[in-house]
Amino acid sequence: MKASEILVAYRTITVREIRRFTRIWGQTILPPAITMSLYFVIFGNLIGPRIGSMDGHDYMDFIVPGLIMMSVITNSYSNVVSSFFSQKFQHSIEELLVSPVPNWVILAGYVTGGVARGLAVGLIVTLLSLGFTDLQLHNPLIIVAVVLCTSVLFSLGGFINAVFARSFDDVSIVPTFVLTPLTYLGGVFYSISLLPDFWQGVSKANPILYMVNAFRYGFLGITDIDVGFAFAMILGFTGLLFAFALHLLNVGKGIRS
Amino acid sequence: MTAALKITDLKKVYANGPEALKGISMTVDSGDFFALLGPNGAGKSTTLGIVSSLVNKSAGRVEIYGHDLDTDLVSAKMCLGVVPQEFNFNMFEKVWDIVITQAGYYGIPPHVAKVNAEKYLKKLGLWEKRDTVSRTLSGGMKRRLMIARALIHEPKLLILDEPTAGVDIELRRSMWDFLKEINAQGTTIILTTHYLEEAEALCRNIAIIDKGTILAHTSKRELLQNLQTESFVIELSEAITELPDLDPFSCHLDDQGNLVVEVAKGRSLNAVFERLNAAGIKASSMRPTSNRLEELFINMVEGTLS
Repeated sequence: MKASEILVAYRTITVREIRRFTRIWGQTILPPAITMSLYFVIFGNLIGPRIGSMDGHDYMDFIVPGLIMMSVITNSYSNVVSSFFSQKFQHSIEELLVSPVPNWVILAGYVTGGVARGLAVGLIVTLLSLGFTDLQLHNPLIIVAVVLCTSVLFSLGGFINAVFARSFDDVSIVPTFVLTPLTYLGGVFYSISLLPDFWQGVSKANPILYMVNAFRYGFLGITDIDVGFAFAMILGFTGLLFAFALHLLNVGKGIRS
Repeated sequence: MTAALKITDLKKVYANGPEALKGISMTVDSGDFFALLGPNGAGKSTTLGIVSSLVNKSAGRVEIYGHDLDTDLVSAKMCLGVVPQEFNFNMFEKVWDIVITQAGYYGIPPHVAKVNAEKYLKKLGLWEKRDTVSRTLSGGMKRRLMIARALIHEPKLLILDEPTAGVDIELRRSMWDFLKEINAQGTTIILTTHYLEEAEALCRNIAIIDKGTILAHTSKRELLQNLQTESFVIELSEAITELPDLDPFSCHLDDQGNLVVEVAKGRSLNAVFERLNAAGIKASSMRPTSNRLEELFINMVEGTLS
């Protein structure tokens, strides 16, 4: 395919993915907005003042970046895993497989769809947070870079999950039993400096901790980890997952007999 | 002339499964209307699946208009349109979006895609349904939608897997007319069907496949010449209770009381009427049984063809 044709194909997949999650906004956009508003009210407004400050910041200010990042992670992942798996389930993925679209373009299209939903929900949650606190911006460049890289990483994760999934149960296992616990334990609600040394060490094995902390650093200028290392890790995982997802597409895992 | 499809020694062994294709070879000429026939599980869908890149082959070579699937997959796919047996579009999308999206996958710019979409949706009687969500369409409309979608990039080779399954007679005839029309305009068509009447009416060349092996690959005319006997149904003016002696022709009565006579290839039909006259039996009409291809197909698959 010529570059212009590839661009049309990429845009087609991306537009279709965005059209899908905006068409069912009641399932994709609204629930995280409501959930995060409840977090802001309960943890920020009701419980937060009793907790006091965390790393020198109001508790509400401390948790907002983590909650935004949590929304981005879960929505990027969910968008790709549910979209790709439902197309496998309906066999409409065959429309793409018989077409001449290169596999890397298929992957890029799905990932862009996941990033679009992750960022859309992240933006809505950010706007909602303004009703509860005044956001600081320590380093906007880091904020944008971390949120983009993280949403790409989890979109790739969702894609790989969908490739292996054989039932709708398989689609919900990872978000429920892996992503949610790792996010909650990834420093969204607390600084790991509060933990005993052993648990601090264990926490540092959680990749989401690095994403949340790097993102929080962009807002507040505080972090439990080295931001440079966080970027290296996010980019390293992104490269690995991209290569693995592309390999799965090339061999037709789960989609070709 | 470059063949539309050339398959060489194609093999497929499914993981922990049977050998679905045992090294088949066949060629479909450009512009042909070709039928791939065979009973369930014969290897038809596996063959078409490999050609359309939905099934990985175990060995062999496939070329579409000279483009090898292994070395020039993109060019090969550009030449190909596929209408599968099962509905495989997104049931939650509108008719218009489905065909426009498919055009995008082939890199067709939106302004060209819209023109093609309008052309094929109108030709297939779906224009009024363009804003309808696809799951609400009737079975026949869904099947026509898949044809419109497969033609959106105007492929040189169109593969249809059971295109008229579950479609009523009237619609089937109109689909036949449409397929004949696009074939006359130069599109090569390969179809599989369980309606052998369909293959006999539409196709010029035929391959019969069974248990992963090609049993016959020739023109319809040559294939039909292989028939050793033909059966004719003779409606009688007056019912008979006993079978007449029509030697050397064998005969029997069907459920409606019609006389069914087997005529060996090369024998004159006049002789049948001479025997009927001699037996005092008056015939009011005569027609061949069902269709000849069906008889031949059953003979071949059952291995009784001499």
